[in-house]
Amino acid sequence: MMVPLDPCNKPTSQRRITEGDTVVVYERHDSMRAVTVSAAGVLQNRFGVFRHADWLGRHFGSKVFSSGGVGGKGGRKAGGGFVHLLAPTPELWTLVLSHRTQILYIADISLVVAYLELVPGCVVLESGTGSGSLTTSLARAVAPHGRVYTFDFHDQRADSAREDFEKNGLSSLITVAVRDIQGQGFPDEYSGAADAVFLDLPQPWLAIPSAGTMLRQDGVLCSFSPCIEQVQRACETMRSCFTDIRTFEILLRTYEVHEGALKSATVNEASSEGCSLPGKKRKIRSAGEALDSTQTSSVIARPCSTARGHTGYLTFARKSVHGSQTGAAEVCPTS
Amino acid sequence: MAPPPVIPREAWDGCSVLLDINDGDRLAFFRLTPGATVKIGDKSCSLQPLLGRPFGSLFRVGPDGLVPCAATDASSQDDKARDGGGAGGQAQDETRDNRSLVDNNTAQTLSSEDIEAMKREGASGDAIVEALIANSSTFGNKTVFSQEKYKLKKQKKYAPKVLLRRPSSRSICETYFKKYPARIGFMRVDALSLLLSMANVGAYSDVLAVDMVGGLVVGAVAERLGGTGYVCSTYLGSAPSSIDIIRMYNLSSDMTSRIFQAPLGDLCSLQSVGDAPSVLSGSIQCDVVEPAAVPDESLQSSPAKPINTAVSDGNAQSMTVQPINMEVPEPATDDHLNQGDISMSDCKGSNGNSIAPKAPRAGKAPSPERMKYWGEHGFSSLIVAAPDHEVESVVADLLPLLSYSAPFAIYHQYLQPLATCMHSLQASKMAIGLQITEPWLREYQVLPSRTHPHMQMNAFGGYILSGIRIHKPDP
Repeated sequence: MMVPLDPCNKPTSQRRITEGDTVVVYERHDSMRAVTVSAAGVLQNRFGVFRHADWLGRHFGSKVFSSGGVGGKGGRKAGGGFVHLLAPTPELWTLVLSHRTQILYIADISLVVAYLELVPGCVVLESGTGSGSLTTSLARAVAPHGRVYTFDFHDQRADSAREDFEKNGLSSLITVAVRDIQGQGFPDEYSGAADAVFLDLPQPWLAIPSAGTMLRQDGVLCSFSPCIEQVQRACETMRSCFTDIRTFEILLRTYEVHEGALKSATVNEASSEGCSLPGKKRKIRSAGEALDSTQTSSVIARPCSTARGHTGYLTFARKSVHGSQTGAAEVCPTS
Repeated sequence: MAPPPVIPREAWDGCSVLLDINDGDRLAFFRLTPGATVKIGDKSCSLQPLLGRPFGSLFRVGPDGLVPCAATDASSQDDKARDGGGAGGQAQDETRDNRSLVDNNTAQTLSSEDIEAMKREGASGDAIVEALIANSSTFGNKTVFSQEKYKLKKQKKYAPKVLLRRPSSRSICETYFKKYPARIGFMRVDALSLLLSMANVGAYSDVLAVDMVGGLVVGAVAERLGGTGYVCSTYLGSAPSSIDIIRMYNLSSDMTSRIFQAPLGDLCSLQSVGDAPSVLSGSIQCDVVEPAAVPDESLQSSPAKPINTAVSDGNAQSMTVQPINMEVPEPATDDHLNQGDISMSDCKGSNGNSIAPKAPRAGKAPSPERMKYWGEHGFSSLIVAAPDHEVESVVADLLPLLSYSAPFAIYHQYLQPLATCMHSLQASKMAIGLQITEPWLREYQVLPSRTHPHMQMNAFGGYILSGIRIHKPDP
């Protein structure tokens, strides 16, 4: 259960892996996959062969060893490979889901959830569903009593997403529907009922008037677009019934950490000067060198050299409040 | 057929509001008590006109105080942009430039006496701005864009606008970050949202938090819990660190009741709870000191005294200079402190009304049963935000309190403490998926033919070390 719907089904230290659970098999930080546990199941990867039966009854977060060495790893002794079995979270899901489309990653997702001001109980509309990466985080934010209504015009993708949500126990939080939001707008039944709307569409400006109709007053709209031309047009459309229009780009810089000592600059100088130094001086230098080699090394950090350079622009806007009186008629054009 | 909103959309009596004066020039929190006022220019305006108004409403200053702007005014900021949009075609054709501008202080023929006279005659702010434009000899020669800028500048001075905003973690974090970044350890809103995501905070979570950023994290977590689950704010030493910022959030009593405070020592003793639960729960009962037990008088002698009187801009500044320091404990429950905080900018006149509608007190000590539950089941998330502290040992103490496979996120304003912490966690084999990240957030100006990143940006919002606690079989 990725998002607990009542206090009893949250993952705790007491919970053990049982038949039918989805676990995230962690090989390395850049290599994970989701696996549904079944007594007869077998997982084979570069670390060996893992029988699901060995996992049953273990804690989430356990390290499990392969039951036998596997070809290709000649010298590896049988049973030497291991993986960790993790409880799925929306963050892990984003890393293991099958990519049917481009997906949103944690930096964009977390900013979207914060800027849409989602809290438990909120109603949020999304289009398109895509691979369901953001949808899963939206569901966590509005659980247990809120709803995510997500729309995709692609039949098959909607089905696949629905299956994923079902498998992750999110069906009561997420409703997937097939609909062309750019062409038809959101269904009328959500008119004035949405606390937030998220658009990830090639032509967001076509859906923005409908989004305005769906939102409650002061509700927040977000449009995600990879290209600045899309942003430009979306913003122009937003100006008719939204305020507080702001466009951001968010990226993450990751750091790698090493333990080690940097070479002393004075030692280098000594070695370059070679043996021409008088004995006494040399002795001092070598004493210094000895000190250097025994000095306790320190932990040093630097940014990783590769990073995602661009994902998309996030444009947020607030539905205008036209109100000398509350509950004033909607003035948003809906053509 | 819309179900009732879970987010209150209108200001109510006693709620906390954020006032954005002149498009972010001034940001201040207020409690909507009957006597509350805001000083704009030389005018003290009652906040009563805000009652019942939707969040997002815009007000102007009329002769008798705050008046809601008409719908057309409300979108004036966007008109401004749209005018720019209308000028989009002109943008390329713009022939005017600043070649004939000479700064000799003769461009404006309207004197300050003239303006005062207009004011006395009851002219509106907008009328004064129009008069200033009419009497400016250079206005016509300015480009469309600099005409807009001129108008906006004059409008801010003579026709200030007050925007009623709803305090939420987003707006609270943005406000503190803009006005008092040191109080929240320079935690930018994107860093805060990453912490919440990385720690998997959601309904029914049991969140263990170290909040030395004034309560920003505890408040944000409580908001995400929405009256379910629990957040346990733990502290080193004998007195809890201040979590006053949670008073800016309009947390319901349900949500507030989910916030607990417990000393780190008590929590650490939980690790052996499984072995001897009865003995320990007994000792917890007598050890846990109710934070409320801190008598009000103690505040008078407290070194944190300047905060008590922080009602004016000048005094509020002193809060920024004084970092949140857990060695100087601030009783989180004092009315004066509370008042000083809510009027962090310049709320005057609401002093003495602070006792008005009061939310239930946050930060009780958890019951022995709750402690026992946490000891046996573990917390489902850990967030540490101690930007002035060494975190390695704190994290080493706290990590065993997490349930297996639970994620954690450690915030810091410096990189080195996180690097050290990450290195020792790698060695201890208590966690996997360790990563230090730094978010980078850039805002864009989007206007026809004038789209580019903002000229001024914030270059630093903090570092985060994240990871997942794993199960280490007993040797």
